[in-house]
Amino acid sequence: MKKRSIKLTVAALTLSLIAMGAAACTPSDTSDEGDSAETVDTPEPTTVVIAGSTSVQPLSEMLAETYMGDHPEVSIEVQGGGSGQGIKSIEEGLADFGALSRELKSEEEAVAAEQFVIAKDGIAVIVNSDSDVSDITVDQLLKIYTGEITNWSEVGGSDAKINVVTREEGSGTRDAFGELTGVVGKDENGDTVDNTVESAIVQGSTGAVIQTVSTTPDSIGFASLGAVDSSVKSLKVEGVEASNETVLSGEYKISRPFLYICGSDPAEQARAFVDFIFSSEGQAIVEEAGFIAVK
Amino acid sequence: MKASISEKRGRRSIRETAIERILFLAGITATISVALITIFIFGSGIPALLDSGFVNFLVGTNWSPANGSYGTLPLTAGTMAVTLTALVLGIPTGIACAVFLSEILHRKAARVFKFAIELLAGIPSVVYGFFGLIVVVPAVRTYILPLVRLWDPDAHTTGLSILSGAIILAVMILPTIVSLSENAISSVPAEYREASLALGANKRQTITGVLIPAARSGILASIILGMGRAIGETMAILLITGNVAVLPKSLLDPVATLTGTIAMEMSYASASHQQALFAVGIILFIIIMLLNAVAQGVSKRMGVNQ
Repeated sequence: MKKRSIKLTVAALTLSLIAMGAAACTPSDTSDEGDSAETVDTPEPTTVVIAGSTSVQPLSEMLAETYMGDHPEVSIEVQGGGSGQGIKSIEEGLADFGALSRELKSEEEAVAAEQFVIAKDGIAVIVNSDSDVSDITVDQLLKIYTGEITNWSEVGGSDAKINVVTREEGSGTRDAFGELTGVVGKDENGDTVDNTVESAIVQGSTGAVIQTVSTTPDSIGFASLGAVDSSVKSLKVEGVEASNETVLSGEYKISRPFLYICGSDPAEQARAFVDFIFSSEGQAIVEEAGFIAVK
Repeated sequence: MKASISEKRGRRSIRETAIERILFLAGITATISVALITIFIFGSGIPALLDSGFVNFLVGTNWSPANGSYGTLPLTAGTMAVTLTALVLGIPTGIACAVFLSEILHRKAARVFKFAIELLAGIPSVVYGFFGLIVVVPAVRTYILPLVRLWDPDAHTTGLSILSGAIILAVMILPTIVSLSENAISSVPAEYREASLALGANKRQTITGVLIPAARSGILASIILGMGRAIGETMAILLITGNVAVLPKSLLDPVATLTGTIAMEMSYASASHQQALFAVGIILFIIIMLLNAVAQGVSKRMGVNQ
């Protein structure tokens, strides 16, 4: 990467603008080069890098903080970027662990030599606290999010237009919610299609979704179970309350795993960190962070 | 004697050359940065433009990256709608405020007011966004919507809308418009004011007939700078316009903007989606370039007329 930027600078100094333009316009995927390469390219032996899902990030940070407190010789670096970035950073060898907030897709399984389910997370379906609906089915959610149902009266509420709130495309929570409810499906060619209704309000973070739902009457949204507070009302799905127990037991339908994946056998320090996560101390942190312990 | 003078001269010329070189390097760094960024954006975005077809990309009405559909018209329309509405709200307020500060308010009080307005520029845009989400969005829903319903009983809004975004943007561009316009009005020569008053014009006539026309190049520059800021604004707008990539039909509809879409989707985007976002960057780049060109043209013409 360094070589390339030096080359570019030299080129800039010596060549004319036009010549450079022609050279740079050849389609090449140079867009990632600045991302994280300078810090991660050659991790020092005692640095463990975790990159990926922003849903997993706060948990990883809490785990890392405690672990580094006990093991000052290890430095754990937690980076965000999204679940896609988690896969990418393993593919490119930029991180020890890629963090995902969803199951691996079949085409991604080749990337991951090993995967660890470090926690589970339920996705709560939330509505404005003034709503008179308290129970919903997965099928109704599918219809609401694809625009087939547009009025609360169709799902047992009062006569009011439903304000659908969703996350941005690419968000792990949106992907998980979409796949678990069927909003994201396959078309006749087998390509993945996201059928989220066009008029859905899009917010860029869990906090913004909760804030929007809490202040907008007749709205519906979704967010990590651990992040939901009393400012919004969480719906039962298929008659099952969203709770740690129902997520772990599999009764609550809209739940997802938090994964760490690695490309090859993890380094000694990285392995030790994973062991720590699965220890009782690590799993206590998982619960403290608002997620569901797996051991 | 002679030797020492030429020695001195030699030393000085070495220093001069060194300074010249350093200045040259500094100058060229800025130029090269611009060139490299431009080349990078165009190099990364052009493949996407070619893939979906230049025309389709510009006037396609469906922005749905997950389904491989990249039509940016809703985004451009969103940016334009929010920006223009913000200007409609911000320009009269800003100019009126500038006139008030420079012509009407007592000088000492004006200083306090001006300081307060300039303070607005220092508030981080994400704070504006959060404020908008908590205060302006519900206000639009509870106070503006019932008014609109008097005309159109079917009107519907969550409050996340062009109007909410424009209100916040109008506040955000006020410091630019007010302080530049105020400078422009204050620097109109005192003779103009005196001459106008001597001819029997009252204060209002002096302001509208003499001062504002005389300061128009500065005022226009302030408006164009404000517009530039409004188009580029990202974080605040991201939180309050709803980010719905559909062509808006009314001011109460939610919209997605060019900058907001890039910011929100960039972190996840891969391959063709990422290229498409760079292509959106190209559109933004071209809009801003055009704006700058217009700004320069306008201020040049105004300058000549003056």
